Amino acid sequence: MSEDSVVEDIESEVEEAPEDEIIVLAQKWKRKRGSLIMALHELQGRLGYVPRESAMKLGREMGVPLANIYEVLTFYNYFKLESPGKYIISVCTGTACHIKGSPKLLHGIEDELGIKEGESTPDGEYHLQGVRCLGCCGLAPLASVNGKVYGKQDVTNAHGLLEQVGHDQPMHVAAEAADAE
Amino acid sequence: MKPEELEVKAAAELAKQQAMEVRLVCCSSTGCQSSGAADIVARLKADLAAKGLEGKVQVGGTGCMGLCSKGPLVRMTSKAHEDILFSEMTPDLATRLVDEVIAPIAGGEKLDDPVGALGAHVVDLHAAFFAMQERVVLSNNGHADPEKLADYLVHGGYQGLRKALSMSAEEICQEVLASGLRGRGGAGYPTGLKWDFARRMQSDVKYVICNGDEGDPGAFMDRSVLEGDPHAVLEGMMIAARAMNATNGVFYIRAEYPLAVDRIEKAIRQARQAGLVGRNILNSGWSFDFDVRLGAGAFVCGEETALIASVEGKRGTPRPRPPFPSVKGLWDKPSCVNNVETLANVPRILLKGAEWFAAKGTEKSKGTKVFALTGKIAHNGLVEVPMGITIREIVETIGGGTGTDRKVKGVQTGGPSGGMIPESQFDTPISYEHLQQLGSMMGSGGLIVIDDHDSVVELARFYLDFCVDESCGKCAPCRIGGTQMLHLLDKIVAGDGTEEDIANIRMIAQAMQKGSLCALGQTAPNPVLSALKHFSSEFTERLKKPVAAEA
Repeated sequence: MSEDSVVEDIESEVEEAPEDEIIVLAQKWKRKRGSLIMALHELQGRLGYVPRESAMKLGREMGVPLANIYEVLTFYNYFKLESPGKYIISVCTGTACHIKGSPKLLHGIEDELGIKEGESTPDGEYHLQGVRCLGCCGLAPLASVNGKVYGKQDVTNAHGLLEQVGHDQPMHVAAEAADAE
Repeated sequence: MKPEELEVKAAAELAKQQAMEVRLVCCSSTGCQSSGAADIVARLKADLAAKGLEGKVQVGGTGCMGLCSKGPLVRMTSKAHEDILFSEMTPDLATRLVDEVIAPIAGGEKLDDPVGALGAHVVDLHAAFFAMQERVVLSNNGHADPEKLADYLVHGGYQGLRKALSMSAEEICQEVLASGLRGRGGAGYPTGLKWDFARRMQSDVKYVICNGDEGDPGAFMDRSVLEGDPHAVLEGMMIAARAMNATNGVFYIRAEYPLAVDRIEKAIRQARQAGLVGRNILNSGWSFDFDVRLGAGAFVCGEETALIASVEGKRGTPRPRPPFPSVKGLWDKPSCVNNVETLANVPRILLKGAEWFAAKGTEKSKGTKVFALTGKIAHNGLVEVPMGITIREIVETIGGGTGTDRKVKGVQTGGPSGGMIPESQFDTPISYEHLQQLGSMMGSGGLIVIDDHDSVVELARFYLDFCVDESCGKCAPCRIGGTQMLHLLDKIVAGDGTEEDIANIRMIAQAMQKGSLCALGQTAPNPVLSALKHFSSEFTERLKKPVAAEA
């Protein structure tokens, strides 16, 4: 950062967009010192996770060894190495939600979806994760689906949460289909 | 922008607001957004437009007003009536509000009963929840729109910076030192002193870093300030920069707070356009600009040296101090890391003076403190209280107790680094020293209430589990000690624990406190130790019952 001019606007650095978005992304960030995490955020923002091939390409373009990239990716909870599925259900496990019974909600959703926390349904529709704190403790217990927060959940009614999302159908269909096979 | 233009812009905006018959502000923070605030604003605007009232009624957003569990909240300001706060609004209620209340008022009527049929949704602004609070950091929440620079200027925005530009770096440090402001991130180090160390360092490049990595689960003070009054944090950082002759500012914000990141980026753009950030700020010849960096979900990055490593794009692991960041920080240059709430206090101190600030609070803990009041409490939400207020006043008077037939058992302050305080100690005043004496700490301001059905042992286990999971693994006391202690607690929770296990927990705790590299490991045993101190019977009740010898 110190070698950048003080009032530089980062957007203005990329003049023309080359075809490959990882190249664009790498060009945008590589001149900013210490911007690996920011580049990875942008990559994950576009793809939903950081695939190995993309990490390799980003490393080549930015001149960062792959080991350094994985060192960072595996340290921080936020980065995902596998595709999380279409709907990411995040159940808040922060203290306020914990006290209001969020473990119950999490287990309820595990049962509904037939997966464990940190896993995705086989059809790739849902990914379930516990998250630290979404900062909406006044609405505890809560969960978010693809970033949208659903507050004041009934912890005994996991199905209710999935209904609010409006996408509870596919997994049952998927489960039945799996049973039929 | 010339300094005088600040007043011109503020006056123009104020005149615009005063020309309105009614002003409606809807909370636009994450809490109320997720309760549907955007739909309320859209409905209000549509209904007002349909009635041709856009010229008489202004609709805008504002920062968190505190009662998050009752959102979305809408505050109505009008010439004819006192301010009214409506809670748990729905789009249909918004329509009724326009039809039955706003339209007549905008038409010049003074209503006998301005709340009409919406009475059940009115929150009494004179109730203890509001009356007992003192708002410094949150003073603009409920009044100004965080997305409008002009609104911030109306409320004295950037006047603190203007004053700072006329002072020497040393004078600013002295002013902040005299105010008694201490770091609101938890440790409580005097801010003026911290700045002065950085000021004394000779360097071509110096950094001011804002720590917005609010990792404490169950706390949302910093999110609320970043979302609700982003310009105040910006201004505070620029004043800090002047105080230590810093050249660059860096915001480090949790990626889990997208709205906060968005608001800060927007505020920077607005300020840059207005000539308040960038080159030749307010015609002073001084230049300063910001960078925004996102955290990525690591509690340890709240520790300043780990945070700096993360800003450099590396794994967020702490390093031994000294050298302190004020000597060798970001990119080995002198750096100063300040908490969001600390920085938001600064413009107010510069504007109103150190004496004004020092008149609030206790002898050693000055000013106010923002708390996120959550858990088993009737009035969940965000509160700002003067230091020195008792825990009982916060929990019972402001918070309204549990709101159920259950009794309050205690509170946890300071999150995973803090401790549990039993109800019997609730008459303790809130200050850095008092909370430490109770085996807890101020922390960043999470205040979680538990009732008599909650198990203290399990809550202690919850916090330790968090710290073990978040330990970066660099130093052995934290990495190994935490895991071993967790095994022992698991044993106790399962009913297989012995007295010896409790003795071992105490021993490991001591090793972690003394031997850990950073505050995460040093403070991780606090919840367990304070639980043992104040609720020891809950542990012994869980111990394995000795098997009666067979006759």
